[in-house]
Amino acid sequence: MRCDFADSILHGYFDGELSDAGAAEFERHLQHCVQCAVELVDLDLLSGRLQVAQIYEVAPAPFRKKIRANLRPAAPTPAPASPLSRRWLAAAALLLVAFVVWRVIPRFHGEEDYQVRFASGIVDAHLRSLLPGQITNVSSNNPQTVRAWFEGKVKFAFPVGDFADYGFSLRGGRVDVVQGRTVAALVYANREHLLNVFVWPTGEQDASPREGSRQGYQWIDWRKGNTEFCAVSDARASDLQQLQRLFMK
Amino acid sequence: MNDLDAENRLRFEQLVLPHIDAAFNLARWLLRSREDAEDASQEAFLRACRFFHGFHGGDARAWLLQIVRNTCYSWLEKNRPRELVVEFDEELHLQPVATPESIAIADEGREHLNRALESVPPRFREVLVLRELEGCSYKEIAAITSIPIGTVMSSLSRARRQLHSALANSSQKEAVREV
Repeated sequence: MRCDFADSILHGYFDGELSDAGAAEFERHLQHCVQCAVELVDLDLLSGRLQVAQIYEVAPAPFRKKIRANLRPAAPTPAPASPLSRRWLAAAALLLVAFVVWRVIPRFHGEEDYQVRFASGIVDAHLRSLLPGQITNVSSNNPQTVRAWFEGKVKFAFPVGDFADYGFSLRGGRVDVVQGRTVAALVYANREHLLNVFVWPTGEQDASPREGSRQGYQWIDWRKGNTEFCAVSDARASDLQQLQRLFMK
Repeated sequence: MNDLDAENRLRFEQLVLPHIDAAFNLARWLLRSREDAEDASQEAFLRACRFFHGFHGGDARAWLLQIVRNTCYSWLEKNRPRELVVEFDEELHLQPVATPESIAIADEGREHLNRALESVPPRFREVLVLRELEGCSYKEIAAITSIPIGTVMSSLSRARRQLHSALANSSQKEAVREV
């Protein structure tokens, strides 16, 4: 007979969606239900297969351009004009087109390319870190130990905190390279999710958080006091937002 | 898409546009075609723009994906209504949709998985895509698909079982062909 839990609670447990008490209860059940134990491994295999196959389909570049282009405001429809002012209008339109070609389009594409490159660089670095043995160079839940380890390894200072009371426990840190830039990476665990917070110095002014997702990974990026932070994980967007707020405290 | 004033356009660019991949990926898997996915997600973005003033913060990805999903379903109703009524039917669904694109994909394993996932009925395929590819929480899945949160777990369970049997089935067929 099939175990009832195999078609219900097991999935909640696998997805990390049960309450702590619920998870503990299911673990007790697991100890004597062979079927659920086997199903759990199957679920993990299936999920792994979907991840490894990389079947996530990103939006094609021409499509991105089209969506962005559609967002640009339409030129106001000209009122019926006399022949003279029509000529002026034509000249003005020509100027406008020249201006758009010269200033607006390069900036638009530049910004979009940057966003795409930035997101893929960050997500790649996160995925790389999940390979066995790559996640931390220093493993400690003590912020002072981690901060001391970074001194001399990177040329910039930044705050290190442990937020275990809020569900984000510090695991350690490492030095990483993202798109040719040396960055510090702080590692946190939140339930079954690992989070990387990449930190590097910036000359840009402070900025409120920008968010995005790529290949199923969320990222949130913000700047404060000549330092840029970017958190990335497969955790929920709301969890990343919470971590961001903890960092800003 | 020009219904937004400058301020809202900026907000839209910051909050909604970063989720363009999520929108496209969901549409692609619901419609089983990249071309149709482009049309549907473009329509979804149009709608998102038009109704952006009604979005007062919160989870922008879930909000956008909800619109994408509804747009895809009305597209299916109009163009391929049969897909919405059929239950999981291995014979019908396991026939590969042969496109130049699918032929060009050299990776057999991936193609296998594509076909198996496409053979799962849309209502179950979408929870698989949202959970396994998009990493959505149960709460987000409930918000996007308008199914009660208590049902997300059992839907996922059925969906995973269907994918599992589709995979087992297709590898069996491959094996027979090789013999």
